[in-house]
Amino acid sequence: MTQPALASTGQPAPLAEGVQGIVADWSSDQRAFKNVPWGKAMMWIFLLSDTFIFSSFLISYMTVRMSTQAPWPNPSEVFALVIAGHSIPLILIAIMTFVLISSSGTMVLAVNYGYRKDRKMTFIFLIITAILGATFVGMQAFEWSKLIIEEGVRPWGNPMGAAQFGASFFMITGFHGTHVSIGVIFLIIVAIKVLRGDLDTQKPGFMTGRKGNYEMVETMGLYWHFVDLVWVFIFAVFYLW
Amino acid sequence: MAHAEGHHAPAAAHGHAAAGEHKIEGQQHPLGIYFKIWGLLFVLSAASYAVDYFHVQGYLRWGLILVFMMLKAGLIVAVFMHMLWERLALVYAILLPPLLLLVLVAIGAFEADYTFLTRGTFFGPAEAAAPAVPKHK
Repeated sequence: MTQPALASTGQPAPLAEGVQGIVADWSSDQRAFKNVPWGKAMMWIFLLSDTFIFSSFLISYMTVRMSTQAPWPNPSEVFALVIAGHSIPLILIAIMTFVLISSSGTMVLAVNYGYRKDRKMTFIFLIITAILGATFVGMQAFEWSKLIIEEGVRPWGNPMGAAQFGASFFMITGFHGTHVSIGVIFLIIVAIKVLRGDLDTQKPGFMTGRKGNYEMVETMGLYWHFVDLVWVFIFAVFYLW
Repeated sequence: MAHAEGHHAPAAAHGHAAAGEHKIEGQQHPLGIYFKIWGLLFVLSAASYAVDYFHVQGYLRWGLILVFMMLKAGLIVAVFMHMLWERLALVYAILLPPLLLLVLVAIGAFEADYTFLTRGTFFGPAEAAAPAVPKHK
């Protein structure tokens, strides 16, 4: 991309696409990430760092599971629930997965209505997302209580087999649950901002002082989808493996 | 942060973008694609649960789990997180670094195998520690 220095029409030159676009963006002045708000680019960078944190947990889990001589407790049985006299394997985790995916869907709708400046619908979908997130955390609390009190799982051992099971479980799901809880808090904060019209009037935020705008809803959405994304990996490698 | 609140009016009408700033493009897409992907995510989740429910075992189980996992992750990142429509500079900056983790996976796997064998040698059951006594199966 070359800046038209002489025959400036007042319009920026069109951005290059493809490989040339990458080179041009990265070598350009001041901003490498074009067309995205600053907050969104930074949220992506944060999510990248969070990816490495969760990956470290999951890879540690892989390492301890591969290296233990004791049999690994079968998650399918450990997380089974007895419903109406039948033991259904992994049912609680399946329901939690569906709750989280539903919340991702409502979040997408909130972002979409946000860009249409539809305050009421954005607020409603943000609150539904927060409620589904809180439901997820509640079910996780139930799961933890059941495992600790009824099954006797501890971070240093459990009656079913390899001692590393408890350590991996509490660390991974605990960290993920914390992310969900923080997400729920911020969903409520953003929902209140939307309802009050802070994003329409560009009111500065109480914490950062940055002006409100509807791109914030999308940045919030990125965080929320990331929480769902991490759960996809936890569900696959911890619960199903 | 003037560019974050850029107007979407045609830049030619007034000299708003004279400094060479590009407007911020909100990710506005028709709802239909979201509903399709949403449905697909439900189907894929149900499929991965079915793998466990019907006790699929062995390589088929791990293969299916990983395929469903990667499909779900890809759909979420591409559509829900709008990576499909972002500029390549951002896409590559975010999606390439995690590939490094494959190296960590490989290191972890080697180390785990070694630990497993070492544990078998030193803390294993009695027959492993005392090979002098022949034990027949």
